[in-house]
Amino acid sequence: MQPTSHRFKDNVRGALADAALQRALGFFDFGQAGLAERRRQAVAKLPEFEALREQAKAIKDHTLANLDWYLERFEKNCTAAGGHVHWCRDAEEARQTVLDICRRVGARTVTKGKSMIGEEIAINDFLAANGIEPIETDLGEYIVQIRHEAPSHIIAPAIHLTKEQVAASFRDTHTQFDPARPLEEPRALLDEARGVLRQKFLDADVGITGANFLIAETGSSVIVTNEGNGDLTQLLPKAHIVLASLEKVVPTLEDAATILRVLARSATGQEMSVYTTFSTGPRRPGDLDGPGEYHVILLDNGRSQLLGTEFQEILRCIRCGACMNNCPVYASIGGHAYGWVYPGPMGAVLTPSLLGIENARDLPNASTFCGRCESVCPMKIPLPKLMRHYREQEYERRLAPATARMGLAAWAFLARRPALYHSMARLAADVLGRLGRRQGSFFNLPLATGWTATRDMPAPQGGTFQAQWRARQRGKGRR
Amino acid sequence: MSSSSSPSPRPRVGLFVTCLVDFFRPSVGFAAVSLLEAAGCVVEVPEAQTCCGQPAYNSGDRADAKDLAKRTIALFENFDYTVVPSGSCGGMIKEHYPELLRDEPDWARRARQLAARTYELVSFLHDVRGVRNVPVRYDGTVTYHDSCSGLRELGIKDQPRALLRSIPGLKLVELPGAEVCCGFGGTFCVKYPEISDKMVANKAADVIGTGADTLLAGDMGCLLNMAGKLKRLRLEEGARPVRVRHVAEVLAGMTDEPPIGEGQDKGRA
Repeated sequence: MQPTSHRFKDNVRGALADAALQRALGFFDFGQAGLAERRRQAVAKLPEFEALREQAKAIKDHTLANLDWYLERFEKNCTAAGGHVHWCRDAEEARQTVLDICRRVGARTVTKGKSMIGEEIAINDFLAANGIEPIETDLGEYIVQIRHEAPSHIIAPAIHLTKEQVAASFRDTHTQFDPARPLEEPRALLDEARGVLRQKFLDADVGITGANFLIAETGSSVIVTNEGNGDLTQLLPKAHIVLASLEKVVPTLEDAATILRVLARSATGQEMSVYTTFSTGPRRPGDLDGPGEYHVILLDNGRSQLLGTEFQEILRCIRCGACMNNCPVYASIGGHAYGWVYPGPMGAVLTPSLLGIENARDLPNASTFCGRCESVCPMKIPLPKLMRHYREQEYERRLAPATARMGLAAWAFLARRPALYHSMARLAADVLGRLGRRQGSFFNLPLATGWTATRDMPAPQGGTFQAQWRARQRGKGRR
Repeated sequence: MSSSSSPSPRPRVGLFVTCLVDFFRPSVGFAAVSLLEAAGCVVEVPEAQTCCGQPAYNSGDRADAKDLAKRTIALFENFDYTVVPSGSCGGMIKEHYPELLRDEPDWARRARQLAARTYELVSFLHDVRGVRNVPVRYDGTVTYHDSCSGLRELGIKDQPRALLRSIPGLKLVELPGAEVCCGFGGTFCVKYPEISDKMVANKAADVIGTGADTLLAGDMGCLLNMAGKLKRLRLEEGARPVRVRHVAEVLAGMTDEPPIGEGQDKGRA
């Protein structure tokens, strides 16, 4: 997809003015039904959650410190099981590799399990442009595909939509059915999508899935889903292609099991996802089913550049979505406003890491640093700190708007000169205090119109604390 | 005020008043002094303090942030304690100064020493001075917003509630989503005013929904934001009035000044 992260502010205005989106986000909120609350309850039930978090973090830190070794070990074991590993430097190489496999097996249609790497390399558009029809099989992904949209959340792709919007899209797309059929209930939507997708599963020549983990010691890939669509996607076609970025690798099955225990709880509040599927190589002689070919696309796309930098910690991310589920900024604007594949706090770090800070400079700035993301991250990624590091890069490279830089410089000039600062503060507090005394606040302040457009600016009481304190001390001295 | 134990006789406390309290609401500074003195402390206010440097730090300007951090350290490092009527500025000194100055070993050491003796006001009263009740009265239904830095960086949650519950006449009702950011975020509210407004609108609706007549919090930034929104909603949409104050004002019994954002013109207020 074409990134629009550089137009973040325009995206935000659109999102805030979109009544349907705001209605959908209302369901997402911090109330009892929300994913954030479900996570909180699941974590509260597991006393060892904090210890698991530490273990999970340590596993990823160790793996990232020895990433080359574990990736080669993964390749060796995957190959020994009959699979093929394709090292791809960037999105273009990855797309071409997928297309080559599809062409070789004569694919006409491809089913897809949910994959954020698929979004990152924009595989659907590329396959379609080359005459191969991609069909998303995760319900949320299917909904956004038929609407020609992108997912707005990494685990809940259609969370920006109301069920009425989904019903309307089904009526527009599934013209084979009675236009008067009832579609009010979510269950009816699910059943209809299942019916439509059933034949697509059977017809597909290639199945593409993502991977939640790659396991070095066995050469396996792991996916977790709640719908079972991933299993049909990878088992029925002639070839299974796994799209994975290189930080997905963990050393052992045991390590994957540890991280799985924090993953579903953090994501949806489930103890485990409904399906956790391990794939090791293609169908073996005597197996009842399974693909004839098993390929793993190992995508770098800028990630190896993060190793050894202050941004390496974002590579611990396991894509649970807890940071966005708990983010009040995400809850206000939705995922599309972030302008690329990865929204919310993890996206505010990963997007500039992969696209360049100059193409996403608003993202790490559009945070209040409330710290909720870091507090819920199962991998203990210090997201505000990493966003601050990007702000430092922006400051050093003078990417911030001139007005913001000048305002900051003027403020810092004063703050470093206490005597001048105090006399200026006192003057301003006295003037504004007098002007605001009767009403107590300002309805409009020339230098703060962003604020006063929608809220009053409380007036200072008048006279700074410092000035009043000094006066009081002098008074005491005289007594 | 009862102090269950006095670890040392009359500790010297340096009050870091914060730039927002200094400028907008001196009465919070005087409330802090009053509470600290009642808790057996000798309070001093170093004159050369300005700002903790957080706006520079969070804007990526490490050089100015370091300069202001060093000034603050030099001004406060000789007190027994440094106390701040803000979780945000307190968190800056306690959590971020050591990280900001990590490349300068001598300053990093001094930053860690200051951090170890720096406290947000209410947690200092409760946790360090053992204050369990305050000799004041407040007639009203109060709800409390947990400011983000105080909550998540300094673990301030139960202390203000414990002290508020000790006040005769005061009924404390919990704010749904009390731990969700109000949308202030320092420069965030200037850089992204529309998102900030959406967040504070949600917060204001939650506050009004509690039925409380008073909203308290421990950070001036959040308070200005929430008070400004609540007042605008009242003026434009006839929303129920809510008095907004820093928690220190109520704890100190210093509520003669009009609430934040309210004027002396009682007709409009």
